Amino acid sequence: MALLKVQGLTKRFGGLAANNDISLEVPEGSLFAVIGPNGAGKTTFFNMISGFLSSTAGSIEFAGRDVTKVPQHEIAAMGLVRTFQLVQLFKGMSVAENVEVGCHLATKGGVLASLLRPSWFRKQEREVRERAHELLEFVGLDYHSDLDAELLPYGQQRLLEVARALASKPKLLLLDEPAAGLNTQETEGLAHIIQKINAQGTTVLLIEHDVALVTRIAHRIAVLDFGKKIAEGTPDEIKAHPEVIAAYLGVEEVENA
Amino acid sequence: MTSPVIISAKPPAGAAKFASRFDRFQVGLLVVAALLTCAALAYGGFLLTVMQLAMIYAIFCIGLNFFMGYTGQASFGQNAFACVGGYGSAILTVQYGWEPLPALLASMAVSGFFALIIGYPTLRLRGHYLAMATFSLGLITYDISIQWTSVTQGYMGYAGIPPMGIGNWTVESERWKLVTLAVLVAFGFWLSLRMRDSRFGRGLRAISGSENGAAALGVRVPRFKLIAFVIAALYASAAGSLFAYTIGFISPEVYGPAMSIMTFTMLFVGGVGTIVGPIIGAVVTSLLQEVVRGSGHYQDVAYAIVLLVTLIYAPKGISALGALFRRKKEEA
Repeated sequence: MALLKVQGLTKRFGGLAANNDISLEVPEGSLFAVIGPNGAGKTTFFNMISGFLSSTAGSIEFAGRDVTKVPQHEIAAMGLVRTFQLVQLFKGMSVAENVEVGCHLATKGGVLASLLRPSWFRKQEREVRERAHELLEFVGLDYHSDLDAELLPYGQQRLLEVARALASKPKLLLLDEPAAGLNTQETEGLAHIIQKINAQGTTVLLIEHDVALVTRIAHRIAVLDFGKKIAEGTPDEIKAHPEVIAAYLGVEEVENA
Repeated sequence: MTSPVIISAKPPAGAAKFASRFDRFQVGLLVVAALLTCAALAYGGFLLTVMQLAMIYAIFCIGLNFFMGYTGQASFGQNAFACVGGYGSAILTVQYGWEPLPALLASMAVSGFFALIIGYPTLRLRGHYLAMATFSLGLITYDISIQWTSVTQGYMGYAGIPPMGIGNWTVESERWKLVTLAVLVAFGFWLSLRMRDSRFGRGLRAISGSENGAAALGVRVPRFKLIAFVIAALYASAAGSLFAYTIGFISPEVYGPAMSIMTFTMLFVGGVGTIVGPIIGAVVTSLLQEVVRGSGHYQDVAYAIVLLVTLIYAPKGISALGALFRRKKEEA
């Protein structure tokens, strides 16, 4: 069953079609990747799915419901949670607090509950702290939990963002270029974590620039180029696809090959 | 591959504590503020009035800190709600013979309602635009308090406002006024702590850290901003009422734009977004005001200098100095 179903998704900025008639289906439980060269429209695609950007045409269906025009926070509440290419950590909050904010959707209570602190609320606060600790352990940041999040090295900030997104117990986790700016060793660790998240039952949709990483971990890959989907298939099919090679290496090399 | 731990550069060792934490330094500052209050009670005189005002502004700033500190939004117009609180209490007690406490609560309700309907459209604005819009809100309210003479008595102001009290028990002496105000500050502070350390408070602080990041995690950003704005208005309104009960006289000037500038200074001197910043800033700035009063017209200049020096050397204010020193020491 498809958890996410995108049909004919199009976004035009004036005369420029950043996304042109993109359709794809992300099966439940899969680790799906969207790749493409810089400027192929990957982030635009992501922004539309997560509700940060409205689409010009096309439809998005998530968990059997049409979410094309649903506001961003409602999409998140349905279990579609994203991370950002440029890390959006909460400055001025500790590493643990960052993950605790991630529990927002999985918890309840507003001003009144915070003032009166009934027993369910205190219990929930305890659980939030425990969950944050577990998730930090999961990504290997537990020994930094009291540190100001801004002070983390870049690679760890990315992991923190992943842990934070996981705290909301997403059905579909959207990762926007999580390996951008990481070194080989860090990318390796990240790949491992993404696989573990997927193995624990979370569907993952990954946007990546790093083809080597994606072909290694993804079950299925869609390739965007100049706003269009030019290919979709298993990693092996994608690696052998002539248009994909052309998009990544340039047409001339293929013709000469 | 055994564990997926990513170890790149080690973060600075032991830099764990940071400005937004309730550290020992901040507790120390609170103790100093409490001692100053005791000194005022012991010696009486002018210090008593200064500390009374400091407590009133502390309440205002605790609220403002929700909007400007935790949520990271700019408002230069909270004096409007102090104005509603002050005049509301004055009119209800003097004209209609209400008890001070119900008058204070009723004015708070009115302020909260105004904040809700004004904030709903205004909070769509961001950054400088929001600052300008809120500033004009303060100016408009100031003008109304001058022009609408049938209700506000214009420049004459309201005199003969009764002191705080419940039933037959009224707080008449200056010393007891200060004690009552200090207790109210403590109560307001306690409420603010509870709101801060909760799902709600974390949502607010996430907005100031990254609006997009907060939205992606399902925090309803516009709603949270509006609630923070209303909380700030409720505190401001209470402070406005308490001013009226403590001094017994109000005029438009009390709640004019100068109030916004002063409370802004207090918040930044104490530490915007820190836990004890509002209280410390209010106390320090109120005392400072008396120190520089001798310089007459240069008072504003002295203010500006203090604000500039703070912003440059201690951008997170006095309350964050502990964290600042700690970091310096570790780096050395």
